[in-house]
Amino acid sequence: MFKEDQLKKVQEEKKKWGGDLSKMLSETPERLPRFTTVSDLEIKGLYTPEDIKGLDYSREVGFPGVFPFTRGVQPSMYRGRLWTMRMFSGLGGPEETNKRFHYLLNHGETGLSIAFHYPTLMGYDSDSPNARGEIGKCGVAVDTLKDMEILFEGIPLDKVTTSMTINPPASILLAMYIVMAEKQGVSKKEIGGTIQNDMLKEFIAQKTFMLPPRPSLRIIVDTIEYCTKEVPRWNTISISGYHIREAGATAVQELAFTLADGIAYVDAAMERGLDVDDFAPRLSFFFDSHIDFFEEIAKYRAARRIWANVMKERFMAKKPRSWMLRFHTQTAGCSLTAQQPFNNVVRTAYEALAAVLGGTQSLHTNSLDETYAIPTEEAVTIALRTQQILAEETGVTNTIDPLAGSYFVEALTNEMEEKAWDYIRKIDEMGGMVKAIERGYPQMEIAEAAYRFQRQMDANEKVTVGVNKYVTDHPPITIWRMRPEIEERQLKRLQEVKRTRNNGKVKECLGEIRKASQNGENLIPHIINAVREYTTIQEICDVWREVYGRYTDPGYF
Amino acid sequence: MERKIRILIAKPGLDGHDRGAKIIARGFRDAGFEVIYTGLHQTPEQIVAAAIQEDVDGIGLSILSGAHDYIFPQVIQLLQGKGASDIVVFGGGIIPEEDILSLKGSGVKALFVPGTTIEEAVKWVRENIKPRK
Repeated sequence: MFKEDQLKKVQEEKKKWGGDLSKMLSETPERLPRFTTVSDLEIKGLYTPEDIKGLDYSREVGFPGVFPFTRGVQPSMYRGRLWTMRMFSGLGGPEETNKRFHYLLNHGETGLSIAFHYPTLMGYDSDSPNARGEIGKCGVAVDTLKDMEILFEGIPLDKVTTSMTINPPASILLAMYIVMAEKQGVSKKEIGGTIQNDMLKEFIAQKTFMLPPRPSLRIIVDTIEYCTKEVPRWNTISISGYHIREAGATAVQELAFTLADGIAYVDAAMERGLDVDDFAPRLSFFFDSHIDFFEEIAKYRAARRIWANVMKERFMAKKPRSWMLRFHTQTAGCSLTAQQPFNNVVRTAYEALAAVLGGTQSLHTNSLDETYAIPTEEAVTIALRTQQILAEETGVTNTIDPLAGSYFVEALTNEMEEKAWDYIRKIDEMGGMVKAIERGYPQMEIAEAAYRFQRQMDANEKVTVGVNKYVTDHPPITIWRMRPEIEERQLKRLQEVKRTRNNGKVKECLGEIRKASQNGENLIPHIINAVREYTTIQEICDVWREVYGRYTDPGYF
Repeated sequence: MERKIRILIAKPGLDGHDRGAKIIARGFRDAGFEVIYTGLHQTPEQIVAAAIQEDVDGIGLSILSGAHDYIFPQVIQLLQGKGASDIVVFGGGIIPEEDILSLKGSGVKALFVPGTTIEEAVKWVRENIKPRK
C-alpha cells in the first residue's frame, strides 16, 4: 500500500515519537499495564502504515460486492437498502406473540424473528412432563400447525420474511411455515426467511440438543437438499457464532468456530452429492456484536474475507453469491447488566453501531430489561428506535465500510483473520468440527475463556459499569411476567387439536417419517405431510429419539 | 482430618445456559471443594438421585429460563421425601427480586444473582455448608 521511501520516513518519525513518548511515560505512565479488548487481545497505542505495509488492497480489501467482500457483500450497501430490522420476539402463547409482531411491524420493524419457548426448542409439547414450569416463558409456545396459524394471523407471508431460531426441530417448523403459507395462498417458491438449523453450535454452546451430532447433520442436509430445489428463497441454515460468544468465547473463537462449522456443513452437503453453487448462496451467518467496538468490526470484515477464500479455494465454488458471507447480528446479551438496567440502552447502541459499520444484513437490538425477562413493549420500542436513529439520523449509512484504510482496523482485521485460521487449521487436523466436538475441544476452549474473563472481572481487571465499578443502587424496573392462564389455554388447545384431528392419518404420517429416518430418504416431504395433519412437534421428535437415540451433555467444565 | 465439602452443581429443566454453572463449578473446584456437575437438562428427580448417590453436602441449582418457581421447590420437596433435607440447597441465575423471598421461604438457603463474584459464593459455602457426618 505504501512506497519504500514513505515507509522508511514513517519508521524514522515513529522512532523519534517513541523516544519522546517514553520520556513522557517515565513521568506520567499509562493508566493500565496492558490495554486489551474484551477478549483479552492486546492492543497497541498507535497504529501506522507500518502495521499494514504488506496489505494488498485489490486482493485483500477490494470493493464492496466484489471478492473477497472485506468491504461488504453489496456494491451499494446501505445507500441501496438498509439492513433488515428484525427483533427476536416470542412471549407466552401464539396470541400474545402475534400481537407483539403486529406492534413491531406497525412501529417500523422490517422483518420477523420468532423466539420459541424451551419445550418447542427441545422437541417437547406443552403437555410433556419436561415442559413443567417452562411454558411460554422464554419464548412462544408452539406445539402444532394450529399455533403457527394463530401466530401469523394477519401477516402476509409473501411480503414479510421470517427468521426462526430453532434447531433440533428446525425442519418441522419450516414444514409448518410452508403449509401455513400454502393456506394463505402463498407458494413455497415465494416465501422468504431463515431457520437457524445449526446443530453444531448447539453441541458447542447453546445446548438445545436432541440427537447425536451425526443424525443431526443428516436432517440438516435433508433441509438443505429440499429447500435448494423447492424453497429457493429460504436461507437453509444460519451458521451461528452468537451463542458461541455468549457462552464465553473470545471474538477470535467465535469467528473461527463459526466458520469451521460452516465448513462442516458444506462438506456434509457435498458428500450428499449436492453442487456447491446450488446451495451455498443460501447459507447465512449470525454473529454477536459485543461491547468492544473495533474488535467486532474487524471480526465481521475478517469473516467475509475468510469465507470468500474458503468457498473459492477450498470448495471451488464458482458463483460470486456462493462466496458471500451474509449475516444477521444480535447485540450482546451477555454484555448487559441487571444492575442499573437503563445503561443497557447505551451499550446496545454502541454494539448496534459496530454491527452496522461492520456491514450486517440484519440486526436485532436487545432491550434494556432482557437480563431479567422477555422485554416489555416499552423496552422493545426503545431497542427498535435505537436502530432507526442509527439508520436515519447518524449519517453512518452514507458511506460504505467507512473504517477501511484505518491502520488500526485493517491491522486488527488481519490479526483476527490469522488467529482464526490457526484454529481452523487445528480443527482440520482433528478431522473436522464433528470430530473436534466429539473430543470436547471447542467446548473446553470456551469454558476456559469464560472462566478467565470471570476471574478478570472479579479482580477488577475488566470493568463493567454498575457491576464492579460505579456501583449504586437502582430502583427496580417493571418486568414482563407470564400469566398462568396462558399455560392453561395452551394445554387446552393442544388437547383439542389432538381430539379433533384425523388420528389415523397422523399415525400413518409418523410411520412414513420413521421409515424415511431409517432408510435415508429425504425427510422433509414426509414432515410436511405430517404437520398438515396437525401432528405435534414432540410426536415427530419422539420418532427420531427412538430411531437415533438422544444426545446427553458430557458436562465439560 | 475433616473431609472436603462436596457440592453438586446442577442444571435443571430445559435451559441450556450453562456458562454460569460451569464457571461456579470450576471456581468451587479451585477453592478446594469436591464438585460434581450434572450436565444439562436434568429433571428434579435426577438431581435428587444424584445428590444422594454422590453423598453431597450441598446442591447448587443454576437456572436462567424462568422455571425456578417450579423447579426449586420441587427439588426441596423431593429431598424431604427421601429424608435428605440436611443437604443444603442454594441457587443462582436470573431470579426476579420478588421471587427470591418466596423461594427462600420454600427452603432455598441462598440465591446468587448476576454480579456475584466467585469469591463471594465460595465464602458463603464455607460459612454455611459443613461436611455431613
